[in-house]
Amino acid sequence: MEFCFEIYGLLFAFGQFRDFFRKIFDWWQASNLQGYAPICLGLEDFYIRRLYLRIQDCFGRPIASAPDAWFDVVERYSNDNNKTLKRTEKISRCLNLGSYNYLGFAAADEYCTPRVIDSLNRFSASTCSTRVDGGTTTLHKELEDCVANFVAKPAAVVFGMGYVTNSAILPVIIGKGGLIISDSLNHNSIVNGARGSGATIRVFQHNTPSHLEKVLREQIAEGQPRTHRPWKKIIVVVEGIYSMEGELCKLPEIVAVCKKYKAYVYLDEAHSIGAVGKTGRGVCELLGVDTADVDIMMGTFTKSFGSCGGYIAGSKELIQYLKYTCPAHLYATSISPPAAQQIISSIKVILGEDGSSRGAQKLARIRENSNFFRSELQKMGFEVLGDNDSPVMPIMLYNPAKIPAFSRECLKQNIAVVTVAFPATPLLLARARICISASHTREDLLKALEVISQVGDLVGIKYFPAEPKKELQHQEQQPGKDTIKLE
Amino acid sequence: MELAALNLVNATLNWVTSALDAPSARAVVFGVHIGGHLFVEVLLLVVILFLLSQKSYKPPKRPLTKKEIDELCDEWVPESLIPSITQEMLSEPPVLESAAGPCTVINGKEVVNFASANYLGFVGHEKLLESCTSALEKYGVGSCGPRGFYGTIDVHLDCEARIAKFLGTHDSILYSYGLSTMFSAIPCFCKKGDIIVVDEGVHWGIQNGLYLSRSTIVYFKHNDMESLEKTLEKITSENQRAKKLRRYIVVEAVYQCSVVIGMNKPMIVHSLLKWSRRHGNCKVQWVNVDDTLFWLVQNSGQIAPLDKIIRLKEKYRFRVLLDETNSFGVLGHTGRGLTEYCGVPIEKIDIVTAAMGHALATEGGFCTGSARVIDHQRLSSSGYVFSASLPPYLASAAITAIDVLEENPYLTLKLKENIAILWKGLSDIQGLSIASNPESPIVFLVLEKSTGSVKGDLQLLEDISDRALKQESIYVVASKRSTLDRCPLPVGIRLFVSAAHSEPDLHKACESLKRVAAAMLRAHGGKS
Repeated sequence: MEFCFEIYGLLFAFGQFRDFFRKIFDWWQASNLQGYAPICLGLEDFYIRRLYLRIQDCFGRPIASAPDAWFDVVERYSNDNNKTLKRTEKISRCLNLGSYNYLGFAAADEYCTPRVIDSLNRFSASTCSTRVDGGTTTLHKELEDCVANFVAKPAAVVFGMGYVTNSAILPVIIGKGGLIISDSLNHNSIVNGARGSGATIRVFQHNTPSHLEKVLREQIAEGQPRTHRPWKKIIVVVEGIYSMEGELCKLPEIVAVCKKYKAYVYLDEAHSIGAVGKTGRGVCELLGVDTADVDIMMGTFTKSFGSCGGYIAGSKELIQYLKYTCPAHLYATSISPPAAQQIISSIKVILGEDGSSRGAQKLARIRENSNFFRSELQKMGFEVLGDNDSPVMPIMLYNPAKIPAFSRECLKQNIAVVTVAFPATPLLLARARICISASHTREDLLKALEVISQVGDLVGIKYFPAEPKKELQHQEQQPGKDTIKLE
Repeated sequence: MELAALNLVNATLNWVTSALDAPSARAVVFGVHIGGHLFVEVLLLVVILFLLSQKSYKPPKRPLTKKEIDELCDEWVPESLIPSITQEMLSEPPVLESAAGPCTVINGKEVVNFASANYLGFVGHEKLLESCTSALEKYGVGSCGPRGFYGTIDVHLDCEARIAKFLGTHDSILYSYGLSTMFSAIPCFCKKGDIIVVDEGVHWGIQNGLYLSRSTIVYFKHNDMESLEKTLEKITSENQRAKKLRRYIVVEAVYQCSVVIGMNKPMIVHSLLKWSRRHGNCKVQWVNVDDTLFWLVQNSGQIAPLDKIIRLKEKYRFRVLLDETNSFGVLGHTGRGLTEYCGVPIEKIDIVTAAMGHALATEGGFCTGSARVIDHQRLSSSGYVFSASLPPYLASAAITAIDVLEENPYLTLKLKENIAILWKGLSDIQGLSIASNPESPIVFLVLEKSTGSVKGDLQLLEDISDRALKQESIYVVASKRSTLDRCPLPVGIRLFVSAAHSEPDLHKACESLKRVAAAMLRAHGGKS
């Protein structure tokens, strides 16, 4: 944390030095790009070439099995200093702390998989057509009803990919003359969709309803830029759980502010649907917000349902309008039938409609696991972000040199973690992000804590003082007697 | 009186002269003679400085008070989120009850399916189903993460290598959705200030990508090579000095909805000319390349003349982005797409993208090119970095599909035969004319006589397709346009031909369509 600037400065200087030599070297050798402008100019890919490539082995690690609680990470080696990485045949079994597998549906499931294979045989892997042209099967209809029911909204429409859902919906419901106010840490798909719509975009401070109110008042009073005409409509875009912070959105306050100023609310529940809330219905259930107050609810099926795709839920008229105009519905191939069946089956399991209580067990387990892990990490002295009940916990690293150190050391001890740096996070706020799953057992979590603590000491990221360590096993067996053991 | 005035003037003049001759006025400072006029000048200077130092008059700024802002906020009434629902928005598409193969079941009845882009007939193929089943059992359904964070499964890497090997390029990159391929690839390479020359008939994915890239966009007339050349000439001459300006041409291999004017047959030429004069927004331009005219548009079923484009590209130093969604697996005698069809080596195209939801019967898309192009996308393409990866069973289906295609190149021949049969059968249909290239797997029928408005046309075409489905058990679709789509090309009925369609089915389809078209147009002609 202390030397971040200096370290980046050093890396930058090294990079420029090497670029300089590269320029001279290339000038000697004639390239065959005569007359063509280079595909990437000077500093555009500087970060990639000189900083990112050094630690490339920490990202994009291939796996050779389902992304369940334990999985097989394929080992890679490099002959040219990390510029290219080659696969080997060797695999190592690691604990998975990186995949979005909140409810444990990632691998073959006893209820879902036979049904998925049935629908594969019945409808084949793809419908090869758009939803309006022969891509709507009975499965799609059932899926949309199921999702609308689950989210407690009158109707829903499903798309094949979550990213495209945001990018193709925002341009349809708002255009030039409208205003989009989005949280400063919103996901790239929302930013893309907002840009593609042509509306004016304003940003409010992350999760601060008072600043949102201030921005709303200013903007309504001022009107459109330059002409000062009144805005056609205002949409406020927030997320349920912010994936890089692990924080829950302050939804009740934001909805209250939007109601007061007549703005529409667009809630992106990519990470929170299925993972939080008593019955898994997302952040509205957890924070006690009536779903009728949120105008447009969006979510994805990749995280908690173990499938792919995204949905939009809202009033019947809204969904009908979207089905008539949205390009992702009219031009893109419909969602693959086996994936649709997986979503239907997993929703049935979560709601307990399959006849067992596995759904309730999974939800309880993920809540327990997240809270336990977070509190233990905080006790050890790590700087952990995020709220209670949220299964995403980032551990701050700050220093760019600690990113590869943390990642590689954990991998050596068979723990697979995800480290995130620029551009997904601000330059100086690099972090390691842990995603807890309902399929992690208590032993898995204890092992993970042990390894992370060791590596944390080695790398030096315990920025806060540790609480005196109590015997963890005794805590479970004899809740009354705690043996205090000093580090 | 004149004397008095004269005396006054003389007196004043004397006084001024004496003031000017005063001893102080004759001082010499630093070797400069100071005349009396200097005092006047110094006085003027002081006056000027005084005036300049005065604050200029600005009306006082009065920011809005809290009460005023409250009033404005109370008065403001937003538009409703969506416009009111009209009758046409309520129509629901027919629901399939079985796989979207060459024949499918709708409402309990079996119909011949011309609405799925299942060009090679891989829907329901046992090898694909087998590989999907084993992948589902091994990997589950979803990949649960983006490519950078443990979402890269070995099947993805195998799929990318297989596609690159099949097409003969260096490397390829997989996207998890066909539509997002183009609109993520374009902003990755084109930034503000670059110039992109694009066909006006491209589909929405490309239009969105162009808009997001914020580059300067120049449209050229749909599939018209002369217009392209003129545009390139103009751009190059205007930007002589911009060495660092990147320039791109974006075309699609087979356009899905516009008119294709392809053959030199006089009859077709004549009727198409007639039709085109009526539909002013689609100009016909003839480009003779070995006696055949080419047009390929996804919005039209036309095929792009790739060799001409390559010649222009090399002359003016542009890079080419080619979208092969509807030609991959279809054109060329081994199904390698437009490059094989036109005899152009694939290294000459800089970036080739395609969606796999058509010929390969899976989902997703890929992009292929040189190593530099692909590596750059792995970190800067937003649809790749910020989105979950393709489900592994779909990637393994793609690998199997390419394997099957490579082993059975006769599939492309069968497809061509089927297209020819359909062409022959539909060439004399009453009231509609075929507007696509004879080699295009999308047979596009447009009205010979328009009802006068696009809406009226669309209504009539939808009625025709509805009737065909209900009475004749033939499933065809009228093209639909989103409100965001800026494509200026006309609407029509699309038939997607598949290699799995049998001859009796095709003949039945031709007869049925003729019957329905005659009946509907008679009814419509009777009404109007």
